[in-house]
Amino acid sequence: MHDASGHKGISNIPAGSEWKNSARRYLRALWAIIWKDLAAELRSRELLSAMLVFALLVIFIFNFALELEYKTRLSVTAGVLWVTFSFAGTLGLTRSMAMEKDRGCLDGLLLAPVDRSAIYFGKSLGNLSFMLTVEAIVLPVYSLIYNINLFHPGLLLVIFLGSVGYVAVGTLLSTMAVQTRTRDVLLPILLFPLVIPVLIAAVKSSAGFLQNIEWVEILPWLNLLVVYDVIFIAIAFMLFDYVVEE
Amino acid sequence: MQPKPVLLVYLDGFTTVLFVLAVGMVFFYAPTEAVMGNVQRVFYFHVASGWVGMLSFMAAAISGIIYLRSGKRGWDLAGLSAVEIGIVFIFINIATGAIWARPIWNTWWTWDPRLTTATIMELIYAAYLMLRQGIEDPDRRARFGAVYAILGFVSVPLTFFSARLFRTIHPIVIGTNQPGAAGDFDMTPRMAQTFMFSLLAFTFIFIDLLWHRIRLGRLEEKVEQLKLKMMV
Repeated sequence: MHDASGHKGISNIPAGSEWKNSARRYLRALWAIIWKDLAAELRSRELLSAMLVFALLVIFIFNFALELEYKTRLSVTAGVLWVTFSFAGTLGLTRSMAMEKDRGCLDGLLLAPVDRSAIYFGKSLGNLSFMLTVEAIVLPVYSLIYNINLFHPGLLLVIFLGSVGYVAVGTLLSTMAVQTRTRDVLLPILLFPLVIPVLIAAVKSSAGFLQNIEWVEILPWLNLLVVYDVIFIAIAFMLFDYVVEE
Repeated sequence: MQPKPVLLVYLDGFTTVLFVLAVGMVFFYAPTEAVMGNVQRVFYFHVASGWVGMLSFMAAAISGIIYLRSGKRGWDLAGLSAVEIGIVFIFINIATGAIWARPIWNTWWTWDPRLTTATIMELIYAAYLMLRQGIEDPDRRARFGAVYAILGFVSVPLTFFSARLFRTIHPIVIGTNQPGAAGDFDMTPRMAQTFMFSLLAFTFIFIDLLWHRIRLGRLEEKVEQLKLKMMV
């Protein structure tokens, strides 16, 4: 009895520290990939400025297309915001993956002695941070020009959850799209039909928070967002290996 | 040229007989529905082709999983064949639904969860074909196709649930109905028999078509190889 438990204890300690070590290595690789994207972006500001200008243009086009006077504004704000985010998002996803492909950077990344999933999560988190930055700028601008207060904690939560789901699928698909002949055209065609559940749930729950609908009625939409995020992060994690295999 | 396998010849004949019988049952055996009249007869093939569509896309996702695990080219061909069949049958499903909806709902189209889901499904698999078209390397084409078929099949139920949180007016003939569904009816035994028989016939059509399409793909590959041999 004593022997057995003692043996167990001994074998556990190195295994535990081994696990800790590899986890630390994994996180370091992950951070390196995120940092690479952020540093490149901080120096060139290509991606963010393009996404941002594009997002503002979309909002302005909506203004003229829908004549957003006070009454319509209340009901369509959620929709306008999500269409803007998803269009600007595709722009960012295509660009960030095309940069990897252009000068063979992707091959370099794949040669690095890190787990492939670290590349996927690194790129996803990089893309997520760009998307959240754009959203963080679009929201106050929208509030300002339309005189609507968008800083509702529930709405911010929805925007976060929706962006996570969008980027989780988008990163995987943009990795596929850049390896095809029709790369720029293909991404929205591949991505939009798959993220429709995210868009429906996000629009519905955003509208719910903006119109102060009861929490109980918004909850199913939030659940759907969380379920989508979990399922698609898991699947993308499992499939990413096959997408970058040479 | 390879001769057609004997079993496939028998399957062709059997499927044809089943289909003719199903058409006969729909028009002569099933009673006319009291409220909706003859247009209700669309229902038998409408549901059956939707069933074949779902079956195809499920087959495509499963072939995708097996292809990614085994790397055998045959599974890629099976996946592509299933998707092509699925697109055709979901289109039949949507078209017959519109024909029924015009007199019953008084509109060709409405944003009902089932209609929305079926159409988005159609778009997903159209994107699947476009994705494959954009890739020359056959290995990569097979891998990406498999990945997208899996992703697509997972997102379809989520699309359905998200659309279903809106209220539906589509009748649910099998199982409990929601209040507010327009064009609902209870099946008489004869209707139920016709319905089950249509499902059976369409399932055989699916298997038969899938076999033919896979065989066609195989022959296509062989022709390509022979062409290359001729050039050398």
